[in-house]
Amino acid sequence: MRVTFTVNGRQETADDVWEGESLLYVLRERVGLPGSKNACEQGECGSCTVYLDGLPVCACLVAAGQAEGREVRTVEGLAEGDRLDPVQEAFVECGAVQCGFCTPGLVVQAHDLIERIARPSDAEIREALAGNLCRCTGYEKIIDAVRLAAARREETR
Amino acid sequence: MEFLRPATWAEALEAKAALPEAAPIQGGTDMMVELNFDVHRPAALLDLNRVAELTRWTAEDDGRLRVGAGVPYARLITELGDRLPGLAQAARTVGSPQIRNRGTVGGNLGAASPAGDSHPPLLAGDAVIEVESAARGVRMIPAAEFYLGVKRSALRPDELIRAFWMSPASGPQYFSKVGTRNAMVIAVCSFAIALHPDDRRVGTGIGSAAPTPRRAVAAEEFLAAELDWDARLDPGVLGRFGELVSEAASPIDDVRGTAGYRRHAVGVMARRTLTWAWNEFRSGQHGRRAG
Ligand SMILES: Cc1cc2nc3c(=O)[nH]c(=O)nc-3n(C[C@H](O)[C@H](O)[C@H](O)COP(=O)(O)OP(=O)(O)OC[C@H]3O[C@@H](n4cnc5c(N)ncnc54)[C@H](O)[C@@H]3O)c2cc1C
Ligand code: FES
Ligand code: FES
Repeated sequence: MRVTFTVNGRQETADDVWEGESLLYVLRERVGLPGSKNACEQGECGSCTVYLDGLPVCACLVAAGQAEGREVRTVEGLAEGDRLDPVQEAFVECGAVQCGFCTPGLVVQAHDLIERIARPSDAEIREALAGNLCRCTGYEKIIDAVRLAAARREETR
Repeated sequence: MEFLRPATWAEALEAKAALPEAAPIQGGTDMMVELNFDVHRPAALLDLNRVAELTRWTAEDDGRLRVGAGVPYARLITELGDRLPGLAQAARTVGSPQIRNRGTVGGNLGAASPAGDSHPPLLAGDAVIEVESAARGVRMIPAAEFYLGVKRSALRPDELIRAFWMSPASGPQYFSKVGTRNAMVIAVCSFAIALHPDDRRVGTGIGSAAPTPRRAVAAEEFLAAELDWDARLDPGVLGRFGELVSEAASPIDDVRGTAGYRRHAVGVMARRTLTWAWNEFRSGQHGRRAG
């Protein structure tokens, strides 16, 4: 089947999509956006997190056909040209990126958190990131990064 | 495989009637895991995301809430948390934010897993499930009659779940879940309680400690007879209630816990949730009297 949807502001069409295929597969293998990572394919790791019509979801659990006509924003769509989003910047500065596999999903999820809550508490940060696994960092630097991003984001609001 | 995209509820029912093997997909948080791992491959996917009415809830003339099968957990928490507190508490424990943005009570009912977190509060709160088929119209199934076996429900092959009906809470409601960590975990066992002060009755729901979610009927009957609604909670009554809830369970040993542990834990959760609910009820009562 054919699936047409908007990704990062651009209309994309994917052809010959298998009916049981996930949005994640379509993004990575057909649209050429490998930012969202494929790790568990069962909603456990969050590395495939993207916005679907403004809400963060696991792209591996959305059937491609369900994205028809809808709006997707991936980690590739957060930066403006060469200017990184404050969340991306903070992840780099705080050393919250090691192997980087979990980073795109965490960045999207953290981006959503600070859009909704300007100054999230540590408990709110932990709850928001409960569905994102990282095998490298031990999470403390990730939480530092979210705190820093929230502070910077507030300055620019 | 086909991908069916009904735009309306009527079209969805027609599609299900024409192809009963078609698997409905709402949030996809159960269905897609099965597809990704090739656990089963349905003849067709029946995407319900376009049926906008499924994502709405309404307050009906009889005072009850009618909540569309496609309302995701995240919205249930923010929009209905005040009126359906037990269900909202359970919803808060489902998966992660990403899962709660997509997962629905309709899908939880469709999957009918004994561990589904929405089931105990639906049972405790006397929910009724509205299902419909093109051929036979609407059936209203009380939650207590919906669950028939492990992952088996009263839903017939040509039927779809349209909504659930539930009265806004008339008293305190609590949900409690045992898991191996405090987020992203399927219940080892769970328990829900709802106080119905207007008819001096307490509703219960046990999760993940029997082949189906179930009420602890003897425990409910015991409280209906023994609970003094104008007094402090009698420790003897509380203890007996816990025992009766434990006895209502018929758990199995599996990777998540032993039968003995589960039986014990649901009794403990029953005592705790009744205590929380009772304390809240009595403090509210006190407030009203003082006012
Ligand atoms: C990482 C992860 C964590 C999870 N954690 C929990 C948890 O803590 N607690 C919990 O209870 N569950 C959990 N789940 C399971 C899942 O999220 C829930 O069961 C959810 O309620 C399913 O809703 P859905 O809309 O996504 O269902 P879908 O996947 O769309 O559908 C599930 C089933 O219901 C059927 N169905 C859907 N809609 C209808 C309808 N309208 N009529 C008839 N049948 C229908 C489908 O055919 C399918 O069989 C988790 C899942 C994942 C991936
Ligand atoms: S790949 Fe989607 S959650 Fe792990
Ligand atoms: S940085 Fe390696 S998994 Fe998170």
